[in-house]
Amino acid sequence: MNWELLLSFFPKLLAGLPVTLSILVCSLAIGLVFGALLCWARMHRLPGVAQLADFYVLFFRGTPLLVQLFAIYYGLGQFEVIRSSFAWPLLREAWFCAVLALGLNSAAFTSEIMRGGILGVERGQIEAAAAYGFSRLQIARLILGPQALRIALPAYSNETILMLKGTALASTISIMDLTGIARKLSSLHFAPFESFIAAGAIYLALAMILTLSYSAIERRFA
Amino acid sequence: MLELLSFGKSGWGDELLSGLATTMALAILAFAAGLFFGLLLMLFRRRGTISRYIAVSYVTVFRGVPELLVLYLFFFGTGTIIQSVAASLGYTQRINLSGFALGVFALAVIATAYAAEAFRGAANSIPKGQLEAADAYGFGPVKRFTLIELPQLLRVALPAMGNIWLVMLKDTALVSLTAVAELMRQAGVAAGATHRPFTFYAVAALIYLCVSFVSERLFKRVEARFALKEAS
Repeated sequence: MNWELLLSFFPKLLAGLPVTLSILVCSLAIGLVFGALLCWARMHRLPGVAQLADFYVLFFRGTPLLVQLFAIYYGLGQFEVIRSSFAWPLLREAWFCAVLALGLNSAAFTSEIMRGGILGVERGQIEAAAAYGFSRLQIARLILGPQALRIALPAYSNETILMLKGTALASTISIMDLTGIARKLSSLHFAPFESFIAAGAIYLALAMILTLSYSAIERRFA
Repeated sequence: MLELLSFGKSGWGDELLSGLATTMALAILAFAAGLFFGLLLMLFRRRGTISRYIAVSYVTVFRGVPELLVLYLFFFGTGTIIQSVAASLGYTQRINLSGFALGVFALAVIATAYAAEAFRGAANSIPKGQLEAADAYGFGPVKRFTLIELPQLLRVALPAMGNIWLVMLKDTALVSLTAVAELMRQAGVAAGATHRPFTFYAVAALIYLCVSFVSERLFKRVEARFALKEAS
């Protein structure tokens, strides 16, 4: 192990940090919005839509993220309709495909987490609130929301870490994120240990910062 | 479409099926090794302060670092080590390590971390009094573990073990990046040859989904079989 080399890799790797973080933040945002929609469709049992949402969640949770990513990045170009559509300039972009695949994947897991949070709130409280004349919005904001959030936060903290690890797959479609740069450094300097261990240390630090932030938020809501 | 998936020379059905067999072998070996070493790591953790630090670091590192990075580390790193050892012994020819074996190894290293954590949680659920009773009856540590702890531990850890299996199954797809001919790799080869990437990745995804779905059902049945019957 060449420690000097390892240390010299850190600044080079950190250049990939904005890429990793931008993919993480954007895909989590898609996951939250789309996950909430899915959760809503599944909990209201809208005929047809709910079954579709059920299958969506089953599919994205039951298949590897890599397959989802490759199907979007390499696969969508197979269809003439998509190639001639307005979205093609976006769908040709590796960064956008990575965000889309991770976001769609995260939506499935996030909807399950939200559902768990909402179902974890005692039914009687909602009935009581309704009996006191609370509107549906008031129930959601004052009764359901705060308690569901508290139940869901630990699981969502986990999901964030899983997504952070998932961003590494972006390197497989030519994106120079942390892992992509580590790959390049590894072959350039013929130093797999130094480069991958340095990258691993950065991921660990990120995971730790995220975990600590979430437990601070959890304490705030406890 | 169906012709693409047919068996024989013109179709890719047989290639995909052999890929699935490799995927299953990867997942089963990594899962089994992960459970075994996870149990050992959990026991090792109890031995004292230093071993606890080692076990906690192991679990933290291999659960916090992307699986892909771990795989790359072993895939590209192990070759370098063995090559340099061989070179120092005067052997300069290129050595090809089996990508399959390295894949199983890397996945097992990750599964071990998850399993150790699952078993530790399960072990904590066993009332201390049972272990004290075992001591009082003069059980040795081995007997106490195999007769009192292990059966209860496995039952409590079953849902977590089911999760680890599903995660392992999905993580095997990463091994395709090291050119091991598992399901994902075969789908990629077929996609390249036929210029129908979406079709083949979708088919691969559906195969993964079927395996996930069936194994989830199986785990549920095993869980129900070993569930604690509530006294009524």
